[in-house]
Amino acid sequence: MSNPYAKLPGWVEYGLVPLVNLAVAFLVAGLVVLLVGENPLEAAYHLINGAFGRGEYIGFTLYYATTFIFTGLAVAVAFHAGLFNIGGEGQAYVGGIGVALACLWLDQTMPWFVVFPLAIIGSALFGAAWAFLPGWLQAKRGSHIVITTIMFNFIASSLMVYLLTRVLKPLGSMSPQTRTFAEGGQLPKLDWLLGIFGLDIGTAPFNVSFLLALVAAFGVWLLIWRTKLGYEMRTMGHSPSAARYAGMSESRITVITMMISGALAGMMALNPIMGEQGRMQLDFVQGAGFVGIAVALMGRSHPAGIIPAAVLFGVLYQGGAEISFEMPSISRDMIVIIQGLVILFAGALENMFRPAITRLFSTSSRRAAVVAQTKGA
Amino acid sequence: MDSIAIELRGIDKSFGPVHANKNINLKVRKGTIHGVIGENGAGKSTLMSILYGFYQADSGEIHVDGRQVTIRDPNAAIAAGIGMVHQHFMLVENFTVLENIMLGAEESQILNKGIAKARDELKRLEREYALEVNPDAVIEELPVGLQQRVEILKALYRRADILILDEPTGVLTPAEADHLFRVLEQLKSQGKTIILITHKLREIMAITDEVSVMRRGEMVATRTTAETSVEELAELMVGRRVLLRVEKGEAKPADVKLSVNGLTVKDSRGVTMVDNVSFNLRAGEIVGIAGVAGNGQSELLEAISGIRRAVSGEVHLNGKAIDVTGHVDPRELRDRGLAHVPEDRHHVGLVLKFEECENAILGYHHDKRYLNGVFLNVDAIRKDAEQRIAEYDIRPPNARLKTANFSGGNQQKIVLAREMERGPDVLIIGQPTRGVDVGAIEFIHKRIIEMRDQGKAVLLVSVELDEIRALSDRILVMFAGRVVGERDPDATEGELGLLMAGVEGRKEAAE
Ligand SMILES: Nc1ncnc2c1ncn2[C@@H]1O[C@H](COP(=O)(O)OP(=O)(O)OP(=O)(O)O)[C@@H](O)[C@H]1O
Ligand SMILES: [Mg+2]
Repeated sequence: MSNPYAKLPGWVEYGLVPLVNLAVAFLVAGLVVLLVGENPLEAAYHLINGAFGRGEYIGFTLYYATTFIFTGLAVAVAFHAGLFNIGGEGQAYVGGIGVALACLWLDQTMPWFVVFPLAIIGSALFGAAWAFLPGWLQAKRGSHIVITTIMFNFIASSLMVYLLTRVLKPLGSMSPQTRTFAEGGQLPKLDWLLGIFGLDIGTAPFNVSFLLALVAAFGVWLLIWRTKLGYEMRTMGHSPSAARYAGMSESRITVITMMISGALAGMMALNPIMGEQGRMQLDFVQGAGFVGIAVALMGRSHPAGIIPAAVLFGVLYQGGAEISFEMPSISRDMIVIIQGLVILFAGALENMFRPAITRLFSTSSRRAAVVAQTKGA
Repeated sequence: MDSIAIELRGIDKSFGPVHANKNINLKVRKGTIHGVIGENGAGKSTLMSILYGFYQADSGEIHVDGRQVTIRDPNAAIAAGIGMVHQHFMLVENFTVLENIMLGAEESQILNKGIAKARDELKRLEREYALEVNPDAVIEELPVGLQQRVEILKALYRRADILILDEPTGVLTPAEADHLFRVLEQLKSQGKTIILITHKLREIMAITDEVSVMRRGEMVATRTTAETSVEELAELMVGRRVLLRVEKGEAKPADVKLSVNGLTVKDSRGVTMVDNVSFNLRAGEIVGIAGVAGNGQSELLEAISGIRRAVSGEVHLNGKAIDVTGHVDPRELRDRGLAHVPEDRHHVGLVLKFEECENAILGYHHDKRYLNGVFLNVDAIRKDAEQRIAEYDIRPPNARLKTANFSGGNQQKIVLAREMERGPDVLIIGQPTRGVDVGAIEFIHKRIIEMRDQGKAVLLVSVELDEIRALSDRILVMFAGRVVGERDPDATEGELGLLMAGVEGRKEAAE
């Protein structure tokens, strides 16, 4: 009753509103480009061309999108239970250990389709384990999950430096990374998928973990809206007091949710490690855990929203790299600003244009009603 | 004089398929108190929200003091001299009274000047209308009665001439309600116009000059209060004759189903809320717990139903102990035959953002018939919900509508249906008819008595003395956390009132 925004038709709510927000984000970004004395139209051209201009570019865009689908889903799952998991970054990083171990163990003896399932389990287990502790601390000790997951990002980072410089690095090598995996530790590319559309994938690392990401998205939908656990998570997310009344254990749900969230974040590691580089390097996550927060926000924590949001961020990453390549006065940092603007308008200021759009709609539907009445008379 | 403060012409409003207001015409005379009544979901709150600019009408006109106005948002309503006190308050909980009153009306960027002025103005308003409240008190520490007073002051501070109150007495104790009515009389004598929405026909008869009745989105009648009766109004509202007091036969109490022994409960600050309470509840009887709100009834219910841990005492359900001082799993209690209709349906009994059918299984979601392994059996859940909706006449009959979009009375029916349906041995109910219309009250009361006649044990907590007297076979009165007396349902209102005020009780306890 206190909701001052009338309900909008679905296509406006999920289509028009995000599009308007996005358009404004790009307009403001264009102004920033103008400010540094460059032509925004040219930048826009490079962005779009860089993301879609060639089969290879599309491959890169989708490669990034794959990563963001995983981290976006991770954040979304926690959101539904009212938990703000900022630790996707660290969980993905640690998840890499699971991938690396599976590959180092079996890459020389087994084909990829044997190693892959083990690597999936490994990444999920390590990611879940890294999220378990913050979840457990919140459930039993009341330590706030936002704080602990941030701290665990730092711990993960130090841990991985240690592992990659001391433990997992081959003897005699100078660089902090594992050895390069044999064929069994490298995922096949999805060249045939782009081939269907007559596109040539070139050197793009677009690989089968994209399909896994889609399966995960469907799995998350099932989990949240079609399972008992998902029902309990949503109850707790909307109203902890109702969850208590219904006899749901807050600590159990907190711990399980965090582990699922961590597992999804951990699975992100498959994409760069097995899908692109064929080895685990320092800093392979590259902020994808944080991008996941924006993706989940934009996608409204729904898999059907997260996938397009992840693709959008894939475009910004891939097309953004192209801009800074073609227009040297627009640096990499500038791209980050543009991405920040998208997050700002699509996430934080999501409701800015809603009242205006709502008003537009209530007047137009009123007119329609009047028309219908006069017709009826 | 006979000038018109507000006139609504042909107001029409739909929410998707729900036609909430159909061609409404209403005239409210200046300087009067005008009642608006109607069943749950009749469209009262919607109509008032249109007048206050929360919603836009699909068509129709609003005239204030004879001039047509467009009210696009609450600011426009305030500018037109209209103020509103909502069913659910809209105060900033951790602000002080003064800060809340100034919020949005600060007048200048530098607060200091404004604060001094606001303080003076607030003092004047308090004196003029006998609305005392400490301007520096923090809202969340005030009882609801005072919070409501702040809402009224907020409207007056913005120079409202027309004041809309949506179910203001739903949350008030009788004494607070009396005070509110004195304030409203005072406002009226100063020439203010008041629109009062309530389900309590007694209040309508006591204080209004005129009353308008809504039914299923239409305005069906307007009466001069002095020329009508409670019976006529009830009939106009529901469209049939209503039993204002449900018939019930002799109770046939049998075995003890629930026994409470020396139960003591403290709140989070360590204040004793329930103090050494003992009683038995038998199959086939309704025990009512009367008392002014805040005397420990809520905590008593919470402790018995396993939501709040007790400090000491014993509770037995069907002869077996419940570990009330340790860990209680509400799910286990449900399995053992205890059902609980909580007092606070918005935060505890329901998840407002859920679809109706999702709320219909809250707490019973472990039930095999709703599950396929770990998956929810969505078809079974919806089918069950639809059946329940038909049985309990929940409107609109749509299991997939978001719960927040049902009116208050229908939300209550959703909870009652869920808890009564499974035939529990013991049913504990808090405030079963808060904010519920007369037709639904009749329905709910009948169901509760039916449960009793089927041999169930019912523990009823209500701040409505009428309700306690109409339903209970025995009445326990709580005051300051203790049971200060037990009475028959035919005890006079005066006698119970004294007990509730703690006057008689002290004597009895001393004996
Ligand atoms: N935002 C909304 N979206 C959809 N339907 C709504 C919305 N608000 C109200 N309704 C529907 O409109 C009808 C009128 O609701 P309203 O809240 O005005 O009733 P009411 O007379 O105030 O009832 P109560 O006495 O229970 O408060 C109901 O059927 C309700 O379900
Ligand atoms: Mg209402």
